[in-house]
Amino acid sequence: MSDSGQQREPYYADTAPGYEHFDDHEPAEAVGSYLVGLGLATLLTVVSFFISGTTLVWGPSIPVALIVLAIAQMGVHLVFFLNITTGPDNVNNIMALAFGVLIVLLLLAGSLWIMANLNHNMMPMDQIMRMQR
Amino acid sequence: MSAFEAAAEHGRELPDRRYTPERAASGLVSKRVIVGYGFWIFLLSDIVMFSAFFAAYAVLVDATAGGPSGRELFNLRNVAIETACLLLSSFTCGLASIGARTHRGSWFYGAMAATCILGVAFLFIEVREFASMVTQGAGPTRSAFLSAFFTLVGCHGLHVTAGLLWLLTMMAQVFAKGYRADILRRVLCFGLFWHTLDIIWVAIFTVVYLMGAGR
Repeated sequence: MSDSGQQREPYYADTAPGYEHFDDHEPAEAVGSYLVGLGLATLLTVVSFFISGTTLVWGPSIPVALIVLAIAQMGVHLVFFLNITTGPDNVNNIMALAFGVLIVLLLLAGSLWIMANLNHNMMPMDQIMRMQR
Repeated sequence: MSAFEAAAEHGRELPDRRYTPERAASGLVSKRVIVGYGFWIFLLSDIVMFSAFFAAYAVLVDATAGGPSGRELFNLRNVAIETACLLLSSFTCGLASIGARTHRGSWFYGAMAATCILGVAFLFIEVREFASMVTQGAGPTRSAFLSAFFTLVGCHGLHVTAGLLWLLTMMAQVFAKGYRADILRRVLCFGLFWHTLDIIWVAIFTVVYLMGAGR
């Protein structure tokens, strides 16, 4: 038993306590990935700022375009900066992200929907004032 | 009846479920992955909190109570500089994490210092913007719109402040304790935190500033 206990130690030392060798990509490759991310994010940001002030596109489409650009940029950040990928050791991260996105969407869409409905159904302000008198 | 019992009944060979170090080693994930996962859960809960502030802002954005609207208040040139600062700092933070993993002090300290300077520049511009709004009489007490604005953007600013303190702590810890595994995991978490702040800023500059200025 003492023998196997001694054997067990090196395994734990290698994996569980989180001793890391540099097992990622080469540094140059990793820098390249960050550079690609920076380039894409800059491009999307510049387009966002440009499109918000332009009269070249149809006005009501601008907010939609801005939201699409923002979501694209968040995706770029997730992939190139946070390194959330579809790799096998990332399944849990992806599941958590999917759940987070679900909650965020429910919260945003639910709030906006309910409040728009309440606004729509609310008595005009002057009538409320008259009733309180 | 479990699969285990079924196998026993049919006299098949039982799967070997004894504990062995080899098995334990192959079943365990490295602590870096586990720590990263746990911190990612925290970051997602932080994002959910921000989404509540975003929902409040979106609901209250027209409730200006006769006060100034975003169109009159926002200066997009400042916002562009802030965005550039935060995006570049996200990049240098990535460089710092590579420097930490490869144990290169000059990379790590240089990139962390650059991240710190860019973060401070961002905060400086933001505080100046807030101060000028308050002196114009457009403080958080002016209207529901401004309350929601200061809560949302101010909460992000507080996160950046906390991130800067954490950044300096990490530089000091690496300096004092070296590239130990536990210190490297903290650097990893700091990197995730800083990148997430940039993601939230993307939502802020889009929803609050760009859509507000065009309104």
